[in-house]
Amino acid sequence: MDDLAPRASASATPNHLPRPAEELERLEAVWRMPRGVSIVTEFNNNLIGPLFVATALLFLLLAGLLGLLIRAQLAVPGLTLVDAATYNQVFTMHGTVMMFLFAVPAVEAVAIALLPAMLGTRELPFPRLGAYAFLIYALGGTFFYCSIFFGAAPDGGWFMYPPLTSKEHSPGINTDMYLLGIGFIEISAIAGAIELIVGILRCRAPGMTLGRMPMFAWGMLVFAGMVVFAFPAVIVASTLLELERAFGWPFFLPERGGDPLLWQHLFWFFGHPEVYVIFLPAAGMVSMIVPAMAGARLVGHSLVAMALVGTAFLSFGLWVHHMYATGIPALSLAFFAAAGFAVSIPSGIQVFAWIATFASGKVRWEVPTLYVLGFLFIFVLGGLTGVMVSVTPFDWQAHDTYFIVAHLHYVLIGGMVFPLLAALYYWSPSLGQPLSDRLGRIGFWLLFGGVNLTFFPMHISGMMGMPRRIYTYPSGLGLELWNALSTVGAAVTALGFLVVLIDVVLHFRLGGGQRDHWKAGTLEWIDNNNYGPRSIPRVQDRYPLWSDPGLRREVEEGGHYLPMTATGRREALVTSPAEAIPQYVQVLPFPGWGHVVAAVGTCAFFFALTVPLLVEAALAFCVMLGGMIHWLWTGSDPAPSATRSVDIGDGIRLPTHASGPVTTSWWAMIALMLVQGVAFSCLLVSWLYLWLVNGDAMWPPPGQGVPAGGFGLAAFALYGAGALAIGAASWLLGRAGQWWVRLALLLAMALFAAGAWADLSALWSGGVQPQAHAYGAASFAIASWQAVHVAIALLMAGYTLARSLAGMLDGQRRLTMDNTRLFWLYVAAQGAAGLGMLHVVPRLLA
Amino acid sequence: MPPAPALTPHCGLLPATRIAAVAALLLTAACSGVQTPLDPHGDAAARIATLTIVLFVGGTAIFLLVMGLLGWALFAPGSRRGLLRGRGFVVGGGIVFPIVTLVALLVYSLDASRALVLPREAQPLRIEVIGRQYWWEVRYPDAGEDAVTANEIRLPVGREVELLLSSGDVIHSLWIPNLHGKMDMIPGRVNRQRFTAERTGVLRGQCAEFCGLQHSFMALAVVVQEPEDFAAWLALQQAPVPEPADAQTVQGMRVFGEAGCGACHAVRGTPWQGRLGPDLSRVGSRLTLAAGALENQHGTMAGWIAGAQDIKPGNAMPAYSRVLAGEDLLAVAAWLEGLR
Repeated sequence: MDDLAPRASASATPNHLPRPAEELERLEAVWRMPRGVSIVTEFNNNLIGPLFVATALLFLLLAGLLGLLIRAQLAVPGLTLVDAATYNQVFTMHGTVMMFLFAVPAVEAVAIALLPAMLGTRELPFPRLGAYAFLIYALGGTFFYCSIFFGAAPDGGWFMYPPLTSKEHSPGINTDMYLLGIGFIEISAIAGAIELIVGILRCRAPGMTLGRMPMFAWGMLVFAGMVVFAFPAVIVASTLLELERAFGWPFFLPERGGDPLLWQHLFWFFGHPEVYVIFLPAAGMVSMIVPAMAGARLVGHSLVAMALVGTAFLSFGLWVHHMYATGIPALSLAFFAAAGFAVSIPSGIQVFAWIATFASGKVRWEVPTLYVLGFLFIFVLGGLTGVMVSVTPFDWQAHDTYFIVAHLHYVLIGGMVFPLLAALYYWSPSLGQPLSDRLGRIGFWLLFGGVNLTFFPMHISGMMGMPRRIYTYPSGLGLELWNALSTVGAAVTALGFLVVLIDVVLHFRLGGGQRDHWKAGTLEWIDNNNYGPRSIPRVQDRYPLWSDPGLRREVEEGGHYLPMTATGRREALVTSPAEAIPQYVQVLPFPGWGHVVAAVGTCAFFFALTVPLLVEAALAFCVMLGGMIHWLWTGSDPAPSATRSVDIGDGIRLPTHASGPVTTSWWAMIALMLVQGVAFSCLLVSWLYLWLVNGDAMWPPPGQGVPAGGFGLAAFALYGAGALAIGAASWLLGRAGQWWVRLALLLAMALFAAGAWADLSALWSGGVQPQAHAYGAASFAIASWQAVHVAIALLMAGYTLARSLAGMLDGQRRLTMDNTRLFWLYVAAQGAAGLGMLHVVPRLLA
Repeated sequence: MPPAPALTPHCGLLPATRIAAVAALLLTAACSGVQTPLDPHGDAAARIATLTIVLFVGGTAIFLLVMGLLGWALFAPGSRRGLLRGRGFVVGGGIVFPIVTLVALLVYSLDASRALVLPREAQPLRIEVIGRQYWWEVRYPDAGEDAVTANEIRLPVGREVELLLSSGDVIHSLWIPNLHGKMDMIPGRVNRQRFTAERTGVLRGQCAEFCGLQHSFMALAVVVQEPEDFAAWLALQQAPVPEPADAQTVQGMRVFGEAGCGACHAVRGTPWQGRLGPDLSRVGSRLTLAAGALENQHGTMAGWIAGAQDIKPGNAMPAYSRVLAGEDLLAVAAWLEGLR
C-alpha cells in the first residue's frame, strides 16, 4: 500500500483545500440529468437504482397478491374461489414472479442503488448496460405479469417439469410465455451480474483492498459470480424445451430417446444456487446493518467473507436435493445429503458472527434492528428445517408437501425479505428521507407475527399429509385448523406490507437526506450527489468514517481524489482488483436513446416470438439490433481525450484512456465468455447425459450416424484459420495500414462463415436428424448453438470493419477490436470443443 | 445403532430413541390419520417417523440454543457478554459445533437410509402402479395378467411389498405416507419401492408431483389386509364378473356398450377392453371413485357418470348428463355398482 501512503503527513488530504468554485460547477454540469421526456435516456445509478428497487418491490406486492389468493382459496376445504386452471396459473405465477421478478432483481437493484456510494465510485463501469438490464426487466416483467389477466400465464409450476410442459400435454402459449419471457429476463440478471463483477472489482475507492471491502459488496460479488455460473443452465434448459416444443427436437421425451430428468438436473443446477443467490446479498446487508446498530465492528470479518464464498461453492453441489424422490440410488443421495449439511456451516458462521457483534456493542432498538432480529429468528428456524430436509429419508416424506412450503418461505422471507426491509429502513436516509419509526415498528410486528402465523402451521399441515400445488383439499384429514390459521396469518402479513407501503409513500423522498443518520462507518454515508461523492475517498480501514472522523468533511469539500472532471465528461476512477490502486480514469458516455430503443426492441422481439408473430418478431429484432449498435457506436470505445492524463491527487497521474487487459471492457468480455462457456458446457453435458441414458447401442440410434469426419476436419481447420485471421487483424491494427486490417477482418469472416457451414454439413451428411431421436436433437443443439455464435461473431467483425471505415479504429482506440478478437477466440474454442464432442468422442469410445 | 427394528404394536419406534418417543407419543396420538407420516403402519414409515422425531427434537434444541445466545448478546449486562465477543465464539459456534452435530447426524441418517433400502425378502409381493392423468392403474403381475384394478392398492400385512412405479403420460409421484415416503413415476423409467405393512387399516395416498389440471384429485385408497382377506380379494380380481341379475343391470350393461364406455374402460370377460381409463371389473367394491374424488356410496356412481366434468373439471371422462337419458344413466350406474 506504499503507493497510497499519504505523501506529506497523516492529516494532509490528497488534494489541496479549499477547491476552486468552478470545479464543482463543472462536475455538476456534466452529471446533470436531462429534463422532461429525455429523462428516460439517463442511466445514472442514483436514478436507475431507486427506480429498480421500486419496480422490484412492486413485483413483490403483485406476487404477494397472488399468494393471498392462494391462501383465500385454501382457507377451508373444498372452496373454489378460482377454478383449477386459474389456480394452477396463480401458484405458478406466484413462485415465478417472486423468484425471477422480485428476489433476484431486488438484490441487484439494491446493489445498483447503493454499491457506487459504498465503494466510493461515481458510477459503475457500464451504466447503460445497467439501465438496459433494468428496462428489459421492468418492461418484460410487466408484460409477463399481465399474461395472467388473459389466461395465458404459465401453469406448469415455476419448475416447469416436462413432459407436463411438453407440446402434447401443454399445447397453449402459457408454457412458451414462461420459456421465452423468463428466459430473456434472465439476460437482465446476467447483464447486471457482469456490471456488478467488474464494478466491484475495478471501481473501488483507492485503498479499499478486498480485505477492507464492505460485506454487502462481498455478498454482491459472490452473487454475481453465482449468477454467471448458475443462470446459463436455466437458459439452456429453456432453450432446449422451447426447441422441443417449436420444432419437435426430443430432449425430454423418453419415447424418442429423451429423458425428463435431464430437465430436472439442468433446472436445479440453476434452481438450488438460486436460493443462495438470493440469500447471500441479503446476508451481506445484515453484516452491514448489525455493526451500525451495535456500534461495533463485525466480529470475524474475514470468516464471514469466506463463509459467503464457501456457500457459493457448496451450493452448486446441492441440486439433487430437489430430486431425492426421482429414484436416484441411495448411495449417491448420501453424497448430496452430506453437501447439504456442509452448507449450513457457513450460515452458522455468519449467524454467530452477528450474535458476537451484537454482544460487542450497545444495541440500538431501531426499526432496522427489529427486522434483523426477526430475520435471525425466521432464518435460523428455516435453516434448521433445511438440514432436516437434507436427510434423505425424511425428505421422502416431506418433499412436495406443505412442510417444504413452510421451509422455503421461512428461508426466503427470513433470509431475504426481512433483510431487504431492514435495508429499506436502514438505507433510506442515505438515499433520501428516513422512513417513519412508528409506522416502521407497527409494520414490523404485523409482518413478524403474520409471517410466523402463516407459515409455521404449514409445517404441521405438511406432516399431516397435505401435498403442495393442490387447488383444494378434502375435509377429514385434519388439515382444517392449520389452513385456517395460515390464511389468517396471510391477512396479517398483507396488513403489515400495507403499513410498509403507506410509510414509503408518505415518507420516502429522494435526495437531501440526513447523511449521518445512524452514525455508521462506511462510505455510503458520505454526502452523495448525481456525480457520486464530491471527491473519491482514500480508504484506510473497513470502517473509514469511524477510524477517521475528519474523512467525511475532507471528502465532501473535495479534498480527496479526482474532485474534478478531468476531460469534461462523466468519469469513473478505475482501480486494481485486489489492492485498489488507481489505474486509469474511465470516460463514461452521456445519456442517449440507444439502450432504451434496444430494451424496447428486445422485449417486443421475445413477446412476438411467444405469440408467435414472426414478421413482427423480425422487425423487433431489427429495432433491438439498431438500438444496440447505436448505443455502442455513440458511447463505447471513445476517442482518447485531449487531456491525455490527469493528476487525481497525492501526485498520482493517471491516463484518461486505456486499452488491453487493464480496461473494464476487457474484464466484462472475460465475464461474458465465462457465461458463454458455462452455457456451452451445459449443452455438452446434456449430450453426454443423454448418451448415458440411451446406452451405446442407441447413440447414435439405428438410421443415424456419427457426423461426417471430412466436414468436421474442415470446420475445425476453418475455425482455427478464422481465429488466426482475427489475431492478425488485431496485430496489424496500429502496425500496418487500415486496408490490411480490413482485409484480415474480411478473411476471418469468410473463414468463420465457411466453418459454421461445414460444421452443420457434417451433421446433415452424416445422416443426423434432429427430430427423430434425442441423439440428433442434442447434436444439432450443439452445432446450432455454435452457428448462432458464429453469426454474432460475424456481426461483431462487421461492426469492427465499419468502425475502421468510419475512422473510429486505430492503434490507440481499439477496444472494439480487442473485444471482437476475444469473442472470436472464444467462439473458435467453443467450435473446437463442440466438434470434439460430436466427432471425436463417439469415435474414441464406440 | 440397534441391529433390528423392534416394532411395538402402536408406534414402531427404535428402542434407542424411546425417551424421545415417549414425549412424541402424545404428538403421534394427536397426529393419527390415514395420510400422515406420523402414524406409521409399516417398517419403512416407522423408521422415518423415528428419524423425524430425532430431527424435530434436535432442531428445536438447537433453535432454542441459538435464540438463547442471541438473547444473551442483546440483554445480558455488558460485563457478562465477554464470552460471546471474540472470534473464538464464531469459530466454536459456527464451525466446531455444526461439524460435530452434523457428523453425528450424517452417521445416524446414513444408517437409517441404509436400513430402508436393504431388501428383506427375496420374493416380495410385486405391485405395478402406473400413474396417469389423473388416476392410478394397479396391477399384480405375480398373480397374472388379469389381476388389475385402479385407484386402490390392497396388500397383505406382514409381507414385504415391492412397488414398481411408472407413468403413462407425465411425471407423477406416489405417496402413501403411513407406509413410506414418496417415489416419483417418471415416463420411460421404472422406480421401485419396498416396505412391509405391519398394521391393517385403510389408508390414503396421493399424487405428490404436480401433474396438471386435476393434480389435486389424484388420490387412492390403500387397504392393508390380513393375508387371507387379501388372497380372497386378489382371487376375486381375476374371477369372471357377475352376470347382470335383474332388468335394470341388464339394461345398464347394454347401455354401457352402446354409449361407447368400452372404448376407454375394460370389464373382464366382456368385449370391452379399453385401456385409456380405469379397469372397471370390480369397481363396485372399491372404496372411492374418480381417484379419491368421491366416496363410492350409493348414488355417487351415477353422479360421477353424469357430472364428471363438474366434479373433476378437465379429466378425461366426459360428462354424460346430456348424452344419456336419466333411466339409462341410472341403469349403467347400477350395473357398475353391482360389479363387486
